[in-house]
Amino acid sequence: MSTKKSGKKVSKSSSKTRAKPAAKKTAMKAKRTAAPKRAAAKAAGKTAGKAAVKSAAEFMAHAYAMEAEAAERYAEFADSMEVHNNREVAELFRKLSRIEQRHADQILEQMGWKQSPATAADVRWEGAEGPETADPTELHYLMQPYHALQIALHNEKRARDFFAHLAKATKDVGVRQGALEMEEEEAEHVRLIEEWLKRTPKPDANWQADPDPPVLSD
Amino acid sequence: MNTVAAAAPLTAQAFKSDYKPIWCPGCGDYSVLSSFTKAFAKLNLRPENVAVVSGIGCSSRIPAYTNCYGFHGVHGRSLAAAAGLKLARPDLTVVVASGDGDGYSIGGNHFLHACRRNVDLTYVVMDNHVYGMTKGQPSPTTEPDWDSKLSPGGTGLRTFNPLVIALAAGANFVARAFAGDPNGTAEIIAEAMRTPGFSFVEILSPCVTFRPEQREWKQMVRPAPVTPTEDAARAARRLMSDDGMNIGVLFKGDRKPYQPPIGKGKKHPSDLEAEFAL
Repeated sequence: MSTKKSGKKVSKSSSKTRAKPAAKKTAMKAKRTAAPKRAAAKAAGKTAGKAAVKSAAEFMAHAYAMEAEAAERYAEFADSMEVHNNREVAELFRKLSRIEQRHADQILEQMGWKQSPATAADVRWEGAEGPETADPTELHYLMQPYHALQIALHNEKRARDFFAHLAKATKDVGVRQGALEMEEEEAEHVRLIEEWLKRTPKPDANWQADPDPPVLSD
Repeated sequence: MNTVAAAAPLTAQAFKSDYKPIWCPGCGDYSVLSSFTKAFAKLNLRPENVAVVSGIGCSSRIPAYTNCYGFHGVHGRSLAAAAGLKLARPDLTVVVASGDGDGYSIGGNHFLHACRRNVDLTYVVMDNHVYGMTKGQPSPTTEPDWDSKLSPGGTGLRTFNPLVIALAAGANFVARAFAGDPNGTAEIIAEAMRTPGFSFVEILSPCVTFRPEQREWKQMVRPAPVTPTEDAARAARRLMSDDGMNIGVLFKGDRKPYQPPIGKGKKHPSDLEAEFAL
């Protein structure tokens, strides 16, 4: 669970809270500049320490839960974009969902499991969700493929850092080996998405411009 | 001997319907839907044994997105419909979905008496401090200084404190959850459903369209620093002094749910017709 920023008490009603379009504009950017390494370290530390990752099998169950949760979230994003007629981004999220699901299926195959012993709901992370699960508040109905790939890149980096820190934190040899393998895989995904981003047109400054916006109160 | 094999537990996905939600991208209600289905799966329920009842508003679209029984009712009247259903069919698990406008304003009176009656229901209110479906008017939980085109300078009105009101009115279970933590929210909903009587779960569910600043809630929420209490007065004192961002089960009572005997004095519709004939 997220905690207060810098330990400073924040009141939800203390300041003038006019809806600011600028907040929307900067939201995606701001979140991606947050320190994924720090969060991953925290998550990995807790998972390796307090939670139940005591064996390679339990580690793989966690990895499966992480991939499955990420796949489910991207599928939700795809549905949402489809409903809002943003078909290009919907297709991209659908593709990302398939990729994550394939990783989850590979874990099942590797472990010889018909189904995972743990679902995403059974596994608790230091944060509210798994280190590869995209944040729903990142979405915008006019977002472009570039934005979707930025979200994916952010999540792959978080996943890579999570496994790296887990490998460092664990005392179990099997868990360490599995975490290092997963770290390498996620690092490869980071490279692939970075390449993909290079081939994807950058949105112009007015990508959010809508001549008939849904927001009346702006 | 019962020869019917026990049905295999369902996944959360099995509780979702084929309809795709039409909420704005980024809306917290997507996660609440996911928490509903996760809670149903966790409790090993079957869609045919669950009814999801709602009123009007963005959050009240939820029944259509599950494949349980559903009733998308009249504005503010979800609790009345749900109580009637539960009293007539106590075998069903009845979950009620609402928003801060539907539940605390239009349905405010029903809320008080549902707490008081203590029918075995789980009432989930997705609170985003705004009327989203009708384009951003202030709701009972909107901050007094929220300045927008529809409320220039803010309403200046004190906010409604639903959790304290629920305690004062007699709710048997009171919790606050956050949409950005769907797994934690699923656990809270499941616990609310397990607890007999009227269970009230308020979920902070950001409206990214009309209240984009609510994206920051994920940095502001925190687990409640106290264990749930069985003392309503103590829970109310804690809630009166918190900043509305403490997440978790806050009160769990042991009041007996209201359930009149079924079938006793049951009358045929023609008898009732004769009784009420003018």
